[in-house]
Amino acid sequence: MADVPDRTTGPRRAPARWSWGLRRAALPWLMLLPALAVVGGVVGYPFFRTFYLGFFDAPLLGKTRTFVGLANYLHAFRTEEFRAAVVHTLHFTVGSIGLELVLGVAVALFLNRPFLGQRVLRALLILPLALPTVVNAVMWRWIYNPEYGALNALLTQLHLLPGYRTWLGTPGLAMNMIILADVWKNFTLVALLVLAALQTIPAELHDAARVDGASATQRMRFITLPGIRPALLVALVLRTVEALKVFDIIYVMTGGGPASSTKTLSFMVYQEAFSFLKLGTAAADAFLTVALIMVFVGVYLRLLQSRGVAG
Amino acid sequence: MVRIRLVLALLVAGLIGMAAAQNVTLRALFMQQAAYSDADVRSMTAAFEQQHPGVKVDIEFVSYEALHNKIITAAAAGAGGYDVVLFDVIWPAEFAKNNVLVDITDRLPQSMIDAVVPGAWTTVTYDKHYYGIPWILDTKYLFYNKDMLQKAGIMAPPTTWQELLDQAQKIKDAGIVQYPIVWSWGQAEAIICDYTTLLSAFGGSYFDMGQPMFNQGGGLQALQYMKQSLDRGLSNPASTESLEEDVRRIFSSGQAAFALNWTYMYNLANDPKESQVAGQVDVVPAPGDGTHSQVSAVNGSMGLGITTGSTHPDVAYQYIEYLTSRSVQEKYAKLSLPIWKASYDDPAVAQGQESLIAAAKLSLAAMYPRPLLIQYPQFSTWLQTDIHRALLNQASPKDALDNTAKQVTQSKLN
Amino acid sequence: MSRASTGTAAARAYDVRRRRAGLEAVLTYAGALLLAAFILAPFVWLLISSVAPLADLLQRPLRWIPPHATWERYHTIFFGADGREFRYALRNSAAVAGIATSISLVAGMLGAYALSRFPSRGRTGLLYLMLATYMTPPVAILLPVYLILSRLGMLNTVIGLALVYTSFLTPFLTWILKGFFDSIPVELEEAAMIDGATRVGALRRVTLRLSLPGVITAVLFGVILAWDEFLYALIFTSSVAAKTLPVAISEFTSRHAVDYGLIAAGGIVAALPPLILAFALQRYLIAGLTAGSVKG
Repeated sequence: MADVPDRTTGPRRAPARWSWGLRRAALPWLMLLPALAVVGGVVGYPFFRTFYLGFFDAPLLGKTRTFVGLANYLHAFRTEEFRAAVVHTLHFTVGSIGLELVLGVAVALFLNRPFLGQRVLRALLILPLALPTVVNAVMWRWIYNPEYGALNALLTQLHLLPGYRTWLGTPGLAMNMIILADVWKNFTLVALLVLAALQTIPAELHDAARVDGASATQRMRFITLPGIRPALLVALVLRTVEALKVFDIIYVMTGGGPASSTKTLSFMVYQEAFSFLKLGTAAADAFLTVALIMVFVGVYLRLLQSRGVAG
Repeated sequence: MVRIRLVLALLVAGLIGMAAAQNVTLRALFMQQAAYSDADVRSMTAAFEQQHPGVKVDIEFVSYEALHNKIITAAAAGAGGYDVVLFDVIWPAEFAKNNVLVDITDRLPQSMIDAVVPGAWTTVTYDKHYYGIPWILDTKYLFYNKDMLQKAGIMAPPTTWQELLDQAQKIKDAGIVQYPIVWSWGQAEAIICDYTTLLSAFGGSYFDMGQPMFNQGGGLQALQYMKQSLDRGLSNPASTESLEEDVRRIFSSGQAAFALNWTYMYNLANDPKESQVAGQVDVVPAPGDGTHSQVSAVNGSMGLGITTGSTHPDVAYQYIEYLTSRSVQEKYAKLSLPIWKASYDDPAVAQGQESLIAAAKLSLAAMYPRPLLIQYPQFSTWLQTDIHRALLNQASPKDALDNTAKQVTQSKLN
Repeated sequence: MSRASTGTAAARAYDVRRRRAGLEAVLTYAGALLLAAFILAPFVWLLISSVAPLADLLQRPLRWIPPHATWERYHTIFFGADGREFRYALRNSAAVAGIATSISLVAGMLGAYALSRFPSRGRTGLLYLMLATYMTPPVAILLPVYLILSRLGMLNTVIGLALVYTSFLTPFLTWILKGFFDSIPVELEEAAMIDGATRVGALRRVTLRLSLPGVITAVLFGVILAWDEFLYALIFTSSVAAKTLPVAISEFTSRHAVDYGLIAAGGIVAALPPLILAFALQRYLIAGLTAGSVKG
């Protein structure tokens, strides 16, 4: 801070320059403090505590903590359960993100043209978006019910299926059905984000290109896609992080089954901590999950930067 | 004059003090639809509160799946948790080792111990100590639809597991119902209950001197039986997604001829408000295999215990003593059979559910326990997954059970 | 009026274009219908299930429109004994969402203003660090938070849960609000200050008023996100004192799966508040979604 004379006797409205300068510097930090305190206290400190616990053999009940170094982490890589959980998580993530992106972009492109009822359809997109996740899970679980579900009824009445199926009772298929339920809810987020981006692309660009003889695909490649790329990447990052963390829909729809085929990383951590009472291994697994998420986000950020888009 | 006023003041102070000392609030954790309905538990508790003025009990009901974790997290937090909890027969080892429940061996009078059905005490004991009082004495019975059996020309319910398959085949061939048997084989503890019933019927065992025995003999036969019933189309494929309430729903809507379920289903399946097959339902003990056993049953009981974090252990004990008392248990005997030996000879208890009582006498005596492991939840999860894999054609029964055995020995489960 | 028979190429091209336009219109409306059906069908089925008598729901083959509707389930939820827990859960969800959003709004506005008007690399870095906390799966911090809450006696309380919620609402709300503050030119505040107002006065008179849309957007997202949260509520609440709707619904389905229609009704009731809010304020919803993304 600059060296200035004390002017404490100055007018109240115009405080001495040095204290104003200090206030000027301190003020923004002070304003940011509540937010930082809340996030730091509830997320930051526990985060490091969990990280710390990962290096111990820590039964949930009881105060004994035995230092085991990297044993918990190594154990994770060696156990089939952890590897399976990674596979299931990636299955869910890739499946739902892929479908959400494709469906979302398609719907956004579709809704970008004016037609009767376009506004209504755009508003309809909000329905799945604002629907609580647990309600969505319960709704689809009812639809997939093996004895009385609407999906079975519909497909058999349309003669597309010979008999009722256990959608959530078959390994592999169960996860795909969960993906479908998740996509139904979340493709709207992608659609809305991309639609907003599309609407910032001036129509003149397309018109000029058309006049210059560009085909629809060329216009798509050189005008539309670059225009929506930032929105797509935001959607991608948001959805990927959510997908890698997925818990709620798994818990409500299948509880990890059948044959543990829908057990994702978060679900496994929950079970390890609360059902098997092994805090240490649960903490290590939780951290490996965070690492996985950071890898994905890192890749996306690299993509953002390499294409020269502001980020 | 002053003296009298002083005495009066002291008396009043003393009374207030006593009243204040009696103002206790207990927190109790129960399970939803655990044999008794939530409303039943509330009435029992209300009656207890009436008998003990100054005591209030806050009750919570959670699903079975949440029960274990809630008890654990409350215990981890220390004080301020529950005073009384309902716990499953498979948890005393874990809870005793981890100091979750209070050892009440010294509070139980010998007269009480003798008056209770012997098999019931295994529900709450570990290492010769008692950690609670058994409350829900429960096992799975074989329920069947009398009308459907009659229509298929079957005169009597099956007495062996093989006979069950044969009768189911007859019913299926007669076109009465597509999948005659429904089970609760969803990936949860429920499937282990069914598996244990079958394992005990075929003369198998879980462990011998710490060595896994379930991947051979009776244990292997049990899983092969389960798979066979699915492959032959006799068991409803939805079973692998179903829990007990789903089984009840399917059976009660006339879509199954046989079902394995707990005591509570008997009266509900015969209740016209709850069931479309009311009056057609009867029950027998789960059969044996004819060689090793005549009947089979799994110990699915639950007990009431006092948590180590409770600040009112004496009042808590009074509460569980009340709930498990003979008069209370007999009053609600339609949903859960009493733990008292004498109750089974009481005509009032048997009235309206004679076949259930008759079956209970046999089944309760044959109750087979699941392994008493401290890390039972971990073991159960492995076994559930592997049994599922076998049933869903992802592995042969032998390979599936071998996998569980391998995981057990590798992790040195105790 | 077809002029195909009369010859000019232009006329033919016109007809081709008209036919293509016609085809396009048909495809567009077909697509619109398909999209509408895709979005509405599951939800409409949930609605129907909530008023269909149980016997109709269990019938095979399934009848899509039941002959009679029963409002008994909604009656149970709002007035019946069985609905008691649900009603408490409704109250709790509203309370937690309200408190958490309020706290996060205040913290967010302060922080966003600071970030917008006093940009610094350090502070922006902190914003990104806060946003990075979203990468942490809730299971990772569950237990330490549980122990903290327990030691503070805030387990199973609305305020305790609300405090936990502020941890994930604040970064997002701060980011949204910063976007809105950025769009309000600093000159307006400076003009007000030149006219003699203090910074606080300028803030109040100019910025706050202009950022009202941003505040509404932030509140909307806060409420929707808080209403939606499940895992924290599952672990940190245990009785009607603080249990929220998502937990109540998940308990409906586990061992209590007797009446599918009741579960459906519960789902509808739980979904209505955020849905109504989102539809009523959809302008703000879209604005909030695009605030950050379009600018990248």
